[in-house]
Amino acid sequence: MRSDRGQRSPILLKLFAAGGLLFLHLPILLIFVYAFTTEEKSFQWPPPGLTTRWFAVAWNRPDVWSAMALSVQVACIATAIALVLGTLCAAAVSQTKFFGREVISLLVILPIALPGIITGIALRSAFSLFDIPFSVWTIVLGHATFCVVVVYNNAVARFRRTSGSLIEASMDLGADGFQTFRHVILPNIGTALLAGGMLAFALSFDEVIVTTFTGGQQATLPIWMLEELIRPRQRPVTNVVAMVVVLVTFLPILAAYYLTRDGDQIAGSGK
Amino acid sequence: MTALSASHSGASILSRRNGFAGALSDSFWRHPKLLLLLMLTPPLLWLGIIYVGSLIALLMQSFFAIDDFSGVISYEPTLATYAQLLNGANLDIILRTVLMAALVTIASALLAFPIAYYAARYAKGRWKAFFYLGVMLPLWSSYLVKVYAWKLILAKEGIVTWLFAKLNLTFVLDAILSLPVIGGNSLSVSYLGTFLVFVYIWLPYMILPTQAALERVPGNLIEASADLGATPAQTFRTMLLPLALPGIVAGSIFTFSLTLGDYIIPQIIGSSRLFIGQAVYAQQGTAGNVPLAAAFSVVPIVIMGLYLTAAKRLGAFDAL
Amino acid sequence: MTSAVRFQKVSRHFGSVRAVDGVDLDVASGEFFAMLGPSGSGKTTCLRLIAGFEQPTAGAIEIFGERADGVPPYRRNVNTVFQDYALFPHLNILDNVAYGLMVKGVGTAERHREADRALELVKLPGYGTRKPAQLSGGQRQRVALARALVNKPKVLLLDEPLGALDLKLREQMQEELKSLQRALGITFVFVTHDQGEALSMADRVAVFNNGGIVQQGTPQEIYRLPKTAFVADFVGSSNLLSPDLMALLGGDRRWASLRPEAVRLAGDGTEATVENVSFLGAATRLAVEMHGTKLHVMLPAGADVPGVGTRVRLAWNRQDIHYMDDAA
Repeated sequence: MRSDRGQRSPILLKLFAAGGLLFLHLPILLIFVYAFTTEEKSFQWPPPGLTTRWFAVAWNRPDVWSAMALSVQVACIATAIALVLGTLCAAAVSQTKFFGREVISLLVILPIALPGIITGIALRSAFSLFDIPFSVWTIVLGHATFCVVVVYNNAVARFRRTSGSLIEASMDLGADGFQTFRHVILPNIGTALLAGGMLAFALSFDEVIVTTFTGGQQATLPIWMLEELIRPRQRPVTNVVAMVVVLVTFLPILAAYYLTRDGDQIAGSGK
Repeated sequence: MTALSASHSGASILSRRNGFAGALSDSFWRHPKLLLLLMLTPPLLWLGIIYVGSLIALLMQSFFAIDDFSGVISYEPTLATYAQLLNGANLDIILRTVLMAALVTIASALLAFPIAYYAARYAKGRWKAFFYLGVMLPLWSSYLVKVYAWKLILAKEGIVTWLFAKLNLTFVLDAILSLPVIGGNSLSVSYLGTFLVFVYIWLPYMILPTQAALERVPGNLIEASADLGATPAQTFRTMLLPLALPGIVAGSIFTFSLTLGDYIIPQIIGSSRLFIGQAVYAQQGTAGNVPLAAAFSVVPIVIMGLYLTAAKRLGAFDAL
Repeated sequence: MTSAVRFQKVSRHFGSVRAVDGVDLDVASGEFFAMLGPSGSGKTTCLRLIAGFEQPTAGAIEIFGERADGVPPYRRNVNTVFQDYALFPHLNILDNVAYGLMVKGVGTAERHREADRALELVKLPGYGTRKPAQLSGGQRQRVALARALVNKPKVLLLDEPLGALDLKLREQMQEELKSLQRALGITFVFVTHDQGEALSMADRVAVFNNGGIVQQGTPQEIYRLPKTAFVADFVGSSNLLSPDLMALLGGDRRWASLRPEAVRLAGDGTEATVENVSFLGAATRLAVEMHGTKLHVMLPAGADVPGVGTRVRLAWNRQDIHYMDDAA
């Protein structure tokens, strides 16, 4: 009887778990179907017909391209800054014990622990206080702030896994601080940094809440989409862009997963 | 061996590597605090000055008030803005948001638990990786696209209406939509729709920490409990739930905090009644009342502060 | 003869914790020196002080007559075999071994030749292209040894190098390390908590307790003539005899030790009761109770073994009673 019970509940559980995963994925898959719909004016389901012509339409839209270019530019710069700051923080926190390391961790996590709108409005009021005009750099400033945490999380996890005696071994064998960094530390945390950088890129590429406050009149791809959602102009183009955005963010996430899968997990709490 | 044993010659202390790098490396080794300081300065400048500085500047604004006649901020410390925050309409916004955040958190926890439990206890090898990615990909995929997908699903001509019609259950949908307060013209303009989308979007944030906490429960502990004669319900109540609680609380930090501050979901899917995030947005933007916007944003900070303090007591940070 | 390593009143304090406190140490050149003690006794900190991973709070450290305190590890001609081996996981075995030569700027061909030779020395020829993760614990240990030896250090430090190996491998490595040391003539400083290992391998042993050296000497001295009850207990599993018991037996009222194998069963000795009998192969160990004190008696193979509960009489030679300084 006991074994009976042991087998029946997993089947129910299995159904529930499978249902849960479907629930998480179906809406995203739906976007792919809508990208091909022939219906222009409404969200009619099922689609009356399928077509690929919206891809061509979207391809020829300069506003989509300029939004895309801005998003890529911002994500690249923000990722680079986050890589430097996050790695420095992680190295300091995990290599040495010092007073106040919890404060550092809290400081790094704060930008994602607090609602994005607070980060956004705080930065915006600071910009207006100092009369800083909106530019690519104001967007980057906000993005880098919350991207630091994903790099930090990945790097800290890897540092924790990398035995501290490796650094001692390197110094013992005659390598000074710089040689140790180049020949031992960097190769060992490299993939974690790459993974963190990809996640930071995905995070920045997708960000909308902080950007609405720090972007001014500039439109990143998510801002462009948000405007289309509020005041739809050409729904099929939005559908196509949505699909592209999903694909663009999936790739770095999958890559990051494969880079870090043995051992530390991607810091999912990072978003 | 002869080559190796020629070790009696040679100095026991080697001279410093030539150049600036050698000297710098030596002084870092001699003064580890200097290196630490150098490593911490850039991130501390960035996060401590730019970010926290802006936050503090924002919070200060909430102690100013806007002059009713001129519409200009008067820089006199006052609590008038906070008094304004607690008047009827604004208080409604706060209560509505907190209630929504609480309901979303509870629903996410209920949905997440079985999924997390299955992934932690029964999924092995490739299936475990499959489950992990299955939760990670929706978590990381574009927030706006997910919201947009739900706009498509919940629209009046969308998939939900179609599904109910196909099943000849349109009357059920109509009954749900005609419910007071939570109903509406269609799901995409009702509280019910807002709730659904919130739960959908934040669910992965609940699954991952819950699963992590459950992973740490040794399987033989559950078997031991069953072996000692506990029914599944008893095992769940006395063993699984207490052990998973830190994970659930960790997840709830995200679901709660993210719901409190979100202004896009209720704007795109929901009734016209405001949530805190929308109020902040409206006050600093169209209304131009930055002090009130600042005071509004203090609310989630205070609530999350209390919440995090309680969560820390429950050991939730170990499960993050 | 020059000292390979000399400590003069060396202390290393971590806040209020005195990990090493006023240690004087003298390791002779070409010696196999063991630092023995329980965990937390300060032996590993001493090793790290020699390597340069720790700085002394007070005192002076000399390596072959040169002041070493204030010199970073990478400028000391001293190499370490780490307890967890600390092989670089991203490098193959050959590059691991050649690492020290690489950072010193030795050319690729030459350093690989040297590394190959070092791998031959530790009996791992042809393993160069593997990654550390593909080797067994014993093999990794040999690689760690080769990686240190290839630099021709003046002093080789070994931090519990055999701790992670199983018994058979450990015994084999003990002998190999010993003969390697003899062949190379390099000074070995070896940290262990295993008294058998220390006694069997070292030329001289320093016994550590509570951050200080309790006794230094040859294995024979340490074993036969422990200075304190701690040494007697830790090193030899000797019987400890309290001052009261000694008075009762007609000796001085002082702490004394008596090795189990020095006790024999005799017709006319002190009365005792057998409480337990353990067959150890080469010998049989009796646990007996004598005047309220528990003692061990080691009987040689072939001797008559009394049963549990029987009354026996114990005797020993007067010179086997070894008086000690204190009970601490």
